[in-house]
Amino acid sequence: MSSTIAVNTSSAIGNTAAADSSAPVRISVRNLNFYYGDFRSLKDISLDFHDRQVTALIGPSGCGKSTLLRTFNRIYSLYPEQRADGQILLDGQNVLSPSVDVNELRARVGMVFQKPTPFPMSIYDNIAFGIRLYEKLSKSELDGRVEAALRKAALWDEVKDKLRQSGMGLSGGQQQRLCIARTIAQRPEVILLDEPTSALDPISTGKIEELIEQLRSEFTIVIVTHNMQQAARISQFTAFMYLGELIEFGDTTKIFMNPSKKQTQDYITGRFG
Amino acid sequence: MDHALYNPAATAAAPAPWGRVRRSRYVADRALKITCTLFTLLGAFVLGWILLMLIVEGIGGLSPAVFTETTPGPGTAGGGIANAIVGSLILTFLGIVVATPIGVLAGTYLAEYGKASMLATVIRFVNDILLAAPSILIGLFVYMLMVQPMGGYSGWAGGVALAIIAVPVIVRSTEDMLRLVPGSLREAGAALGAPMSTVIMKISWKAARAGMVTGVILATARIAGETAPLLFTALNNNFWFSPTLMGGVSNLPVTIYQFALAPYENWRELAWAGALIITLSILALSVVARLLLKKDKVR
Amino acid sequence: MAVVSDQVSMSNMQTVRRRTSPVFDQGFRWASYGSALIVLAVLAGIIGSMVYGGWPAFQEFGFGFVTSSIWNVGADQYGAWVAIAGTLTSALIALVIGVPISIGIAIFLTQLCPTWLRRPVSTVIELLAAVPSIIYGMWGLFVFAPLFAQYVQIPLATIVEGIPIVGTVLYARVPSGVGMMTAGIILAIMIIPFIASITRDILDQIPTVLRESAYGIGCTTWEVVRHVLLPQAGVSIIGAVMLGLGRALGETMAVTFVIGNANRLSLSLFDPSSTIASRIANEFNEASGMQMHALMALGCILFVVTFIVLALARLLISRVKTH
Repeated sequence: MSSTIAVNTSSAIGNTAAADSSAPVRISVRNLNFYYGDFRSLKDISLDFHDRQVTALIGPSGCGKSTLLRTFNRIYSLYPEQRADGQILLDGQNVLSPSVDVNELRARVGMVFQKPTPFPMSIYDNIAFGIRLYEKLSKSELDGRVEAALRKAALWDEVKDKLRQSGMGLSGGQQQRLCIARTIAQRPEVILLDEPTSALDPISTGKIEELIEQLRSEFTIVIVTHNMQQAARISQFTAFMYLGELIEFGDTTKIFMNPSKKQTQDYITGRFG
Repeated sequence: MDHALYNPAATAAAPAPWGRVRRSRYVADRALKITCTLFTLLGAFVLGWILLMLIVEGIGGLSPAVFTETTPGPGTAGGGIANAIVGSLILTFLGIVVATPIGVLAGTYLAEYGKASMLATVIRFVNDILLAAPSILIGLFVYMLMVQPMGGYSGWAGGVALAIIAVPVIVRSTEDMLRLVPGSLREAGAALGAPMSTVIMKISWKAARAGMVTGVILATARIAGETAPLLFTALNNNFWFSPTLMGGVSNLPVTIYQFALAPYENWRELAWAGALIITLSILALSVVARLLLKKDKVR
Repeated sequence: MAVVSDQVSMSNMQTVRRRTSPVFDQGFRWASYGSALIVLAVLAGIIGSMVYGGWPAFQEFGFGFVTSSIWNVGADQYGAWVAIAGTLTSALIALVIGVPISIGIAIFLTQLCPTWLRRPVSTVIELLAAVPSIIYGMWGLFVFAPLFAQYVQIPLATIVEGIPIVGTVLYARVPSGVGMMTAGIILAIMIIPFIASITRDILDQIPTVLRESAYGIGCTTWEVVRHVLLPQAGVSIIGAVMLGLGRALGETMAVTFVIGNANRLSLSLFDPSSTIASRIANEFNEASGMQMHALMALGCILFVVTFIVLALARLLISRVKTH
């Protein structure tokens, strides 16, 4: 069992902005357990996610990093055999509580998946779909929101002349940015990214990483990645997981330069995983 | 590629290793290939023969009167099948209008809600049985369900009987098509906070639309030519039927059935004309359904 | 990169979000659940109405209803045997003729056919299933039966006359072309598209590596089919055949046209007979009282038999599909 590792003031030098542990805690996970049927795949996870910081979840395949991510918006509850216990506090509210409306939760906690998932509709409608679910806007307001989201996702210039065309016609990298735009159009508080670049080529990956860096100014971001360089490049905090347990959590520079656990060291130096 | 190896002259002349293959193997292989090809040609031939028969026998009877005049009485000259055509359109429309919402929703239940549950498994099983159940029994069932209690034949009973035949077709195609929609799309929809019903209607249905429409068209083609379930429900009628659809409602299949076996020359001519019309319509629907699905697959 | 700083979104974060009505969401769920239950209700309704309608006949005649071959409307005496035997025999003939042809077509489509031809040929075979049943009936009665009488029944009658057994089974007393054999042949054509397309799908599901490795050791197509594909597909092809059988048992209109509708047990395959479905089609509208109950009881028997056959078909086909 591991517990939260206190994060001390960091003075690390990274490729990206330094971790700011004084930022308020946005999500607080307490004693989280997760079960696929009888199999316990997360064991007593406790850790905090800071506001407007990028936190990377790393670890070998099957370590539970995606499972952990999928508890934050309770997307796992689509599958009856999966359940979680413990607490996940989003701004102090336990999102695992049955009284929380999952749909509203998911609008507050956006998610981008491994493979791009454009809906079978036009580019415009892909973005508008999520907005229309929760807000009733005039045509011009909606147009503005769609444009703002596409601009933020750095996709506007590429698609502005073909907003009425199908989203399925875009390239893989563009589709993924479309999905990010769709998520931020809803103005969530937290964005979950589940290996968002693993299906993309290096150039598209670079664009998405750049985008994540910019989105950090507005959103709390949690990203699952199996690419350690990526974690080092874009995150302020890193959590290393192994076999359903949280092994080490801390400021990204420290995890990569000076990990305190041997398992972490072995993993980031490529001895296993 | 095995053709290339089989060269009788070479087999005789060439030394080992090329001569080792027993000739009987090639004979069996050739026999299989020829037989299978012939069987396929036979299938195509029968379809062609039936179409040819319909055109040869039916084209002569096709005249404007066929579409404008009602079915003639016994021994009356001339006449058309206008009432039967209109009646068939109404009955088929009625059947498909009743069947589509039920079939689509039930298929949606199986693919999106029930999935592998016990109830869904049982319903899937029952649906497959209904898909191939004798249609005449469905006629008997609707006779007991509607004709007897309502005190007579009616177009409504005919429509319900046709709907019962169409529902399993639509359930099956809807479920199959929805299952092809990747789960990641549903997750992405749910992740935006869309409730299940919105995910299904705006994403799953939309992604599976072409296939679902194909299913409905195929169901239409299936019921448009059904005769047996109408015999005891809508029956038939040699005149324009009541606008309330109570009493016998004329329809093409039963008219063809009765006229084809009748002793009057003009009746038989009308039966052939009707047969040509109904078959071409149904085959056209089936081909359109297939093209629709193909177009979608390419995209 | 154009990043719009959207301050509004920050201040808006805590806005109460409008929700899609949960009532609608639940309503949709119940509507689809209810529709699915209708499918069950229809099956229950068919069984229920057949049993209810046929009950008086079963009660009156007991087990003798199944074994008796008397069907006398005047004397109000009814027995199902002729119709049962006719149903089974015509379906059996259909299988004997239809199954090899169907499997042959499936092999042609999956193994022999050039890719560009596959789709059109598949469509042609599937369109055979779209042709309405009465059209098969008309083709059978007006086109096929006369030819069958002239070129098969009459010559065959002179050949087999006097030979024991064969002389009975293949002798047409009245060479009209109408009868059990014609019904079986028409049924065979009607079930071919069903068996062929399912068998084609089954053969398609067999992994390509298996096929390629068989060709790789030098098998001919015949050997690949005989020793690899058919054994591999085995049980599910039987399922496909059962599905065809289920269709053949219940087919009504085409059979009604060509079987001759005689209530007579005959050892000759060329004699007229009747099936359960054809008898119901012929008599139900004019029937009343016990005759109607007897027809319902016939329907009940037909339903039970087709239910068992189709259930077996479904089990056999799905067993392979899931793996």
